[in-house]
Amino acid sequence: MPTPTQRITRSGTDRREFLRQSGYLAIGFSWLGLESCSGEATAGGSSPSATPGPPDSDQINAWLRIHEDGTATVLTGKIAIGQGILVALRQMAAEELDLPLDRVSIIMADTGHTPNERYTAGSASIEGSGTAIRRAAATARQQLLERAADQLGAAVIDLTVTEGVITGPGLDELSYGELVAGERLTDEVSPDAPQKDPSDYQLVGKPEPRPEVIGMVTGRPANEQDGYVQDMRPAGMVHARVVRPPVYRARLQSIPTDEVEALPDVLQLVRDGDYLAVIATSEYAAIRAWQTLRQKSEWEAADPLPDPANLFDDMPGRVTNSETVTSAPNAEREWESAPLRLEALYTRPYQMHGSIGPSCALAEYTDGQLTVWTHSQGVYPLRDSLASMLGLAAEKIRVIGVRGAGCYGHNGADDAAADAARLALAVPDRPVRVQWMREDEHGWEPYGSAMRLQLRGALDADNRIVSWITDLWTDVHSHRPGGDAAELLAAQYLEDGPDAPTEGYLGGGYRNSQPLYQIPNLQIEAHRIQGPLRVSALRSLGAYGNIFAIESFMDELADRAGEDPVDFRLKHLQDERARAIIEEVTQQVKRPVTNTEEGRGWGFAFARYKNQAAYFAVAAEVAYDAAAGTLRVLKLVGAIDAGQTINPDGLKNQTEGGMIQSASWTTLEAVKWNTNGIVSLDWETYPILRFPEVPEVSVSILDRPGTPPLGAGEAAQGPTAAAIANAVFRATGRRVRDLPITAEKLVG
Amino acid sequence: MPQPIRLRVNGETHEADLEPEMPLLYFLRNDLALNGPKYGCGLQQCGACMVLLDGQARPSCVISVDQAQQHEIETLESFGTPDDLHPLQQAFVDEQAAQCGYCLNGAVVCAKGLLDENPAPSEGEIREALERVLCRCGTHSRIIRAVARAASI
Repeated sequence: MPTPTQRITRSGTDRREFLRQSGYLAIGFSWLGLESCSGEATAGGSSPSATPGPPDSDQINAWLRIHEDGTATVLTGKIAIGQGILVALRQMAAEELDLPLDRVSIIMADTGHTPNERYTAGSASIEGSGTAIRRAAATARQQLLERAADQLGAAVIDLTVTEGVITGPGLDELSYGELVAGERLTDEVSPDAPQKDPSDYQLVGKPEPRPEVIGMVTGRPANEQDGYVQDMRPAGMVHARVVRPPVYRARLQSIPTDEVEALPDVLQLVRDGDYLAVIATSEYAAIRAWQTLRQKSEWEAADPLPDPANLFDDMPGRVTNSETVTSAPNAEREWESAPLRLEALYTRPYQMHGSIGPSCALAEYTDGQLTVWTHSQGVYPLRDSLASMLGLAAEKIRVIGVRGAGCYGHNGADDAAADAARLALAVPDRPVRVQWMREDEHGWEPYGSAMRLQLRGALDADNRIVSWITDLWTDVHSHRPGGDAAELLAAQYLEDGPDAPTEGYLGGGYRNSQPLYQIPNLQIEAHRIQGPLRVSALRSLGAYGNIFAIESFMDELADRAGEDPVDFRLKHLQDERARAIIEEVTQQVKRPVTNTEEGRGWGFAFARYKNQAAYFAVAAEVAYDAAAGTLRVLKLVGAIDAGQTINPDGLKNQTEGGMIQSASWTTLEAVKWNTNGIVSLDWETYPILRFPEVPEVSVSILDRPGTPPLGAGEAAQGPTAAAIANAVFRATGRRVRDLPITAEKLVG
Repeated sequence: MPQPIRLRVNGETHEADLEPEMPLLYFLRNDLALNGPKYGCGLQQCGACMVLLDGQARPSCVISVDQAQQHEIETLESFGTPDDLHPLQQAFVDEQAAQCGYCLNGAVVCAKGLLDENPAPSEGEIREALERVLCRCGTHSRIIRAVARAASI
């Protein structure tokens, strides 16, 4: 059968006509509306209107809307970043409301609609947003029951709820939809509203599949919210590329203006101070103009970057301030006088988020109103930062969260949004799409901070730890915009940009620096250094480095004591849940600390994330082939206790992913640079684990339905690193204390 | 300078005046509004942009529209739809083999290329076929399981 031939012209109108004919609907600009939300018009056209947020988060209405048709919409300030949060939050709401899951939809991070929950970070979405939504749903259910009781002349206690229908003692029925009758539930959320007993759960604790996966495997998302920001294609959209300097803080000297402006389809060259970008009507034209600008613009480099070879040695000399995390007056004395002492230095290099999709954002400036579509983890803080950068009122900016590639922390998302926002002002009434190139993401994302960890431990005559002293040196672990323009990359290069980034957040640097073990004299000092590279939050922040050091050191202490490392840990642990999760792994891997055969070995590690979130234990098996010069992680066997499990498959998926990602960080990853700039600008110069080398992983869950849910998304990062290090030691007799643990470090 | 280019995509022929050296990826995404193939690196290092070219998985970010004229191009969209999933896509859904999902185009396209040629691959062969695809979320084990599941149907 002959197939039709389509003639495509590339001028705007015909192309749009073609897209219409081909049945494609531009994603995004009929923004998801809240049509089904009572009394609320959906934004249409190219400039979605919405009430400037945030709504009053004390009200039910901020978190939950019940519609006349008996469906409900949950509003969360958190964003989907691959962690499967949306289905889990729907499960929590549907459970408390006694509604079927398919009648509960969800809207994520949007300053036009959702509550201000700051950042989607710190494994806090279930604990934070989930708890708030659960309370709002429980309060709503209670209110609806009270209304029904009034109308039916019955007592609340005599009512039952099935799938959103309340039945009275005389079998009279009233549906949620009838009871709300188009009104919003504006009462305050009550933390005391009766919540369901976990033993009655029908939805929470079940492995509900994520509906968005169908859109992901077909390239056809079911709705705008399930699509990626990279795939938005509103009518009239133009394409921009930003030309980053060759090195941090370089000053722009000259640009090939005439040559670039003469290129076909170039709409505008934007130069603002040392900030340079090009806007074109087609993506390929933008890329070609970007290439020309990259080749022919002249920059004056600022001071060269310090030599990477001295990074860790230089740290003690670069301290700007120190914080005592925990102190013990006798720690030094006990260490001095103990019969058995051990000291070790561990390091962790700068590492990348390395999102597979470079950051992207869209923005449109129309009638004094700026709308930004972004995969940022914090729409409200970003809105305030953009307001500050652009000199606009925050009320004039709407920031809408859209999926991007997995971010694992603060990657280039906010910076791309700032680029789009700045460039939208240059071409009003036209949606501007900024797509970072691969080298932009690799070279300019804020990395996870390098760390130097000096541990000293002393054992008494019974081989118990009597003193533990840690000195850690690190740059801060968060430079999230937080409302400040100075943290946005674009702002740092604008003519009238803010002076300098803020000091950032050091606290993440000593996250998990305190062992959970019983130690009578524990002294921890965190020293802040101002490092050479741009840094911010990377999954688990400092916990990755700290747990790697602690859990490597525990094995070293156990070896020194001549004790089994798992037993040695258990002897210092009283927390029953910690002991249980360790035993969960040791039941599966009988001897998790052993050298099985030449070049192969198992290692073990454990931690409780932030010492207050999920418990995680893991055994790793590695193989080192000296002849081939290869090191492989063969197996990772993990167990997690995240309190009440909302969605076990989601929890497993997150944890498996964390283990594999950590295996990649631990065996391969370090940002390379020289005095002239960043060298790791693509996947050849910054390799990550590929399919043939990925370990087999398994995760078991210790569910605790009667306890609060605990943040889990980052729990695997640190322990997996140490388990690998410990396994490498069993396999080879080599203790590698400087990450990454590569085969080259095992030679000779 | 733009030249007339004729491309066969998902069974249809498209003609357009295009810069001949433009990577196929941009034509598929911007002119045909196909969102399966994704931009990841533009350097054929990550596999996000994979398409089938005469049945073989190839990165559309480095193949020019001119070169692509000689070939039958199939994108993720041609395999199945949300209402009528291809068994391979169904296997990914059944295994919930996704986190952020950005790499899935590459994974599904490479797996399709593999299974069309070798309906019963070993785990090692599945891993090799996916070698060009990078996943940052660590969903590898599920993706491998999904492909194995599809192979056993």
